[in-house]
Parts: sequence; structure tokens; C-alpha cells
Amino acid sequence: MTDSKISSKGSDWGYAPAPESADHFKLKEQYGLFLGGKFVPAGSGKRFATINPANEKTLAQVADAGEKDVDRAVKAARLAYDKVWRKMSGRERGKYLYRIARIIQERARELAVVESMDGGKPIRESRDVDIPLAAAHFFYHAGWADKLGYAFPGKSVGPIGVAGQIIPWNFPLLMVAWKVAPALACGNTVVLKPAETTPLTALLFAEICQEAGLPDGVFNCITGAGSTGAALVRHPGLDKVAFTGSTDVGKAIQKSLAGKATKLTLELGGKAANIIFEDAAIDQAVEGIINGIFFNQGHVCCAGSRLLVQESVEEEVVEKLKARMEHLMWGIRWIRIPTLGRLTQKHSASGFRTISKWDKRREPNFFRRSALFRIRVIGFDQVSLPKWLNPTGSCRRRSSVRCWRFRASEP
Amino acid sequence: MSPSTVTPNKLNLQAHPVDEVGIRERVARLATRSIKKASKVEGLKLALSMVDLTTLEGADTPGKVRQLCTKAIHLHSGRKDLPMVAAVCVYPTMVRIARKALEGTPIQVAAVATAFPSGMNPLAVKLEDTRYAVAEGAHEIDMVISRGDFLRGDYGRVADEIEQVKEACGKAHLKVILETGELGTLDRVRLASDIAMQSGADFIKTSTGKIQPAATPEVVLVMLLAISDFYRKTGKKIGMKPAGGIANAKAALNLLIMVREVLGPAWLTPSLFRIGASKLPNDMLMQLEKERTGVYQGPDYYSND
Repeated sequence: MTDSKISSKGSDWGYAPAPESADHFKLKEQYGLFLGGKFVPAGSGKRFATINPANEKTLAQVADAGEKDVDRAVKAARLAYDKVWRKMSGRERGKYLYRIARIIQERARELAVVESMDGGKPIRESRDVDIPLAAAHFFYHAGWADKLGYAFPGKSVGPIGVAGQIIPWNFPLLMVAWKVAPALACGNTVVLKPAETTPLTALLFAEICQEAGLPDGVFNCITGAGSTGAALVRHPGLDKVAFTGSTDVGKAIQKSLAGKATKLTLELGGKAANIIFEDAAIDQAVEGIINGIFFNQGHVCCAGSRLLVQESVEEEVVEKLKARMEHLMWGIRWIRIPTLGRLTQKHSASGFRTISKWDKRREPNFFRRSALFRIRVIGFDQVSLPKWLNPTGSCRRRSSVRCWRFRASEP
Repeated sequence: MSPSTVTPNKLNLQAHPVDEVGIRERVARLATRSIKKASKVEGLKLALSMVDLTTLEGADTPGKVRQLCTKAIHLHSGRKDLPMVAAVCVYPTMVRIARKALEGTPIQVAAVATAFPSGMNPLAVKLEDTRYAVAEGAHEIDMVISRGDFLRGDYGRVADEIEQVKEACGKAHLKVILETGELGTLDRVRLASDIAMQSGADFIKTSTGKIQPAATPEVVLVMLLAISDFYRKTGKKIGMKPAGGIANAKAALNLLIMVREVLGPAWLTPSLFRIGASKLPNDMLMQLEKERTGVYQGPDYYSND
């Protein structure tokens, strides 16, 4: 070849680190329960730590609510419902929601960083998806508050009462928005229990409610693990329970509410499928698979964890999927570029690992990405993250096997 | 015109539909990689080493070509840490002059041929054009495909022409210009890429630089994916050359990112990736000087050619 004189060796050119600063805010050492408009310690004095899953360091101590705290929260919500919120006109309620939406926007950067620190998701997702969407939901429902009376001709629309809301750890603040904004817009008051692994943005949201001058008791936040949630669900003072999370817990809640007048909404997991036929644009379909299953580390109720491919393009799709997985970027905490962050919970990581092992023992059709940082980040070569799970796939599964039928993480 | 000797059936023209929305999304995502400081300097130097410094004007004179060749060797006075560009790209009549001016350097001389830029001449003339440029000393030939034949569906003739030009090239490297701005859709860009690679192209190249739009990131991504598929099936590494309309250093770095993530680091070499440009290097030089000194200098501090 005539170009033998010029270099034919490829270059290992890579990217620059893009760390997100966490210096622009300060988390408190401990957070109380948010009851009747004030932060108070748990009656028992018990606390637990919430950690940064990327480095397992403690971020803050959070109050562990017991049965009595739950009772106080529900009573505060009932009082606010009867005395203030249900009587307030939709137009007035809407003003508070607008204020909350604006403050979320003002504090977006802080909220995004805390979300990534507490939950392990890449800053790109919390900054570009979670936080702006949370604000957008408050704006949207603020608009509903004064229009409810006209939206359903012939029907009178009114609040239900006090809602107990239990949310998971995959989209902590966004879940707050999805649950709280419509409830408040309609004139209900709320007792919220965030996941014990990701309570921080919900507690910051409580601060935002204070800042917005939301009447005391309209929004209450109790932190704690499953037992706190169970105490909330059992409380006779609730008119409505809303739960997003695992199917098993959803079933347990449904059982405990059976025969009672309490209304119930459940948003549980799925095992969503991507279906690819031979006439698809394969490269872009592979991008779709990647976005479907690896967005938010796969911690999404509708994550595309199953892949159904027409046999004629199976080889091509799997080969390209493997190649694409090699290029997934993967980074600690709040570095801006990665596609993947750390799994939020130990138990979901161990769930994945169990399935990985289970597969490896029995089947050859198993693949995972070969190395963590395939794309060099200049000045950041030493990153090693042994505790992080590599993106994994398995093909030609029989439809009876566990990984085909059950979700690797809930929700 | 000689009759078409290659039938479409001889080509393996599998349908590879391209989803435009998906391509745009991927392009947007790839444009957000973090390139700054050391990474930026390294990337810009790498990109400069891949430039085909080009002058393709009716007004080209031997003096202008000699001047361009000097720039190809010494991109910016006073900086010894800069690479030479990969090649100088000129019309066939300027090849001998460029060869002489570049004597003793590793810089290649590329010539556009085959009735550049329209390709609207008989095949015999195109082949003669090619043989002339090679005889004058061109290391590389940048040919244009017959867009008219392609658009009316005579893929066999397009492929046949590429094969014959390849033969006429002898040892010279062949870059096949698809002129994507005239092809209309990304599906056709993909099809033209497949035809060119199957017919013997060493490189596929987006544009002549005479038609807008030229090397849009969407078109480049589709062509890179075609190269990736071709490599997967045949094991043969085809080169890529975006040319025309690459506005600034940032756009050039974004091209490197695409190559890095679609084809991998093995393609990040001037023997497999080139950037066709005439004005672009000055912006890259300005960025490099900014990284070195901390301030931007005005465009008057950089030579035009």
C-alpha cells in the first residue's frame, strides 16, 4: 500500500473527566420526620443511615418512623384536610403547586446531585430527566387545580381525603411528583413514605414545601423501612393508599386492605419485551434495546428486559448488541458522561448476580461486557469498580427459566 | 459508453433500512461527550494528522498549490509539536507540482478524478482521467460515483464503474465519493456505501464539497455503520472520509467520537480516517493555541493557505 509511510496504528484517544461538583450545597447531618409542617425526630429516637451506593459512604442520618409517628402524621394530614386544604379553592391550591414547581427549578442542580448521590443514577439522567420532569409535573397539575370543576360535565369532582403514598427508589423525586402533585391539586392531603434507601430528595422536597408556605400538614413525610410502610397502610385514618413497588409487597397491601373502604392504587413491575423483526433498522433497534434496558441501570418498571428477535436476524442482533454493550460508559457517582450508574440497592445487585451465576452454570449462551472502562477517560485511568455489576445478557432462553419470567430488580 | 458488465445480482444488496429519527438521536447523544483540556489537545492533533488539505478551485495555480503544500508540512509557524496533515488533495493537473513540493515528507498526494465533481462524462474519459492522475504521481484517487445512474436504479453500472476505476488506479488508494447531498435519503446513503465497498473502494467519502449539505454527522454515522457491517461480514477494514461542510474544531472532534464509538480505536488512524477540508485546520489551530496560551487569537494570525 502506498500509505505505508503514515501511521496505521489506531489511537487510544479518549475523553476528559466531567465531574459534577457537590460543593454548592450542604446536606444536614440528620433529617427528622416532616410532620405538620415541621421536622421532628422519631418518637423512639431511632435513626438509620442513608448511603451513597457508589462508594458506600454515609450521606446523612434519617429518622426511623414507628407506629406512633405514623399516627401523628396521619392526624396532621387529617387536620390540614379538614381545616384548610379541602376548603381552599382550586385556584388557591394551584398557586402553591406553581410555587413548588418554581422552587424545584431553582434548586434543580442541588436536587440532581443529591438524587445521584443517594440513588446511584448517572447525573445525566437525574439532571436531564428526573428533576426537570418533577418540576414539569407540578406545573402541569397546578394547571389542573382550578379546572377540575369544569373538566367533567355533569359530575362533581372532589378530594378523597388523606392519602398514604409509598414510593420506591428508582426515581425518588420524580415519584414524589407523580404521587403528590395530583393528590394536592385535587385537594387531598398526603402522608408520603419514600424508600429507605433514597429518602433525601423527598426530605429536601419537604423543605421546599416549607419554603413555598404550603399550609402545615398538607404534605407529611415519614421515613423508614418496610415496617413503617406497613404501619402506614394499616392506619385506619387513611382514605386512600397509593403504592409503587414490587409485586409481592403490592399483593400484601392488597390483602391488608381487602374488605376495607380505603381506596387503593398499585403500580407494580413488569417484564417488558422488545420485539425485532428482520425488516427493522437493526442498528437503531439495538440503540432502542440499549436505552430500554440500561436506562437508569435497568431500574425501570417498564425496562425492556426481554428480547424477542426473528430468527433470521438473531445472530446479527445479538452480535451488535454485544458490541454496543462494550461501548456503554459506566461511571462513579456524578460524573456527567456515563450511561450507567451504580445499582441502588444491595439486594438488587445480589439479585442480578444470582441470575448471572445461575445462568453461567447452566448455559453457554450468556454474555456480559468484558471490562468496566473500555473508553479511556484521560486522567481517570485508575478507576476500578469491583463491586459494580457489568451489563449482562443471555440468549436462546427457554421461556420457563427464571430470568425470562422474573424481574431482576423491583420495581 | 461501455455496457454495464456487472449485474445488480452480482452485488449483495441486502436491504439495510436506516431509521432517521434513531440516527439523529444517536448523533445528538454522541455530541455530548466530554472533550476538554488534554483530551481536546490530543483529539485536535489527531484530527489535524487526518486532514486531507484540499484546494479544488478553477482558480488554482501552481503557486497556490505550492503554498498549500507548505502549510501541509508546517501547519502553524512556531509550533513544533503539531503533526503534518495526512494528504494534500488537488486536481490531476496539479499532482506533479504537489508531489515536488512535498518531496521527502510522508504527506500523500490525492487527486480528484473521474470528471469531478459531477461525474457526467463517458467512462472512457473517467478512466483516462484516473490513469493520468496516477501517472502524474497521485498516491490516492478520489472518484465520484455517477449519481444519475444510481438514482435511476442502475446500480450495476455504478458498481462497474467503481471496479474499473479501481483497476485503473493500480497501486493508488481509491476513495469513492458518494455525494450524499444529492442522494436524498439516508437509506440511499447506506445503499451507495454498500455498493462502493463491494466494488473495491478503499475509502468511502461523503462529498465533493461542491454541494450542500455535505458531511452532516447523520450521513457520517450511517456510513460508519455500513463500514462496521462490511467489516463484520468480510473482515476488511474500509476507510472513511467526511469532506465538506465540517464547520469547526468541535464538529471535527465530534467526528472522531463517532469513529471511536462506532468502529473503535483501530479506525482512529490517518490510514482509515480522513477529514477533507480547506478552512477547517485554522479553527483547530486557533483552539490549540487557545489551550496553549489561554486566549483566542484573531483569524489574521493564521495563514489562509
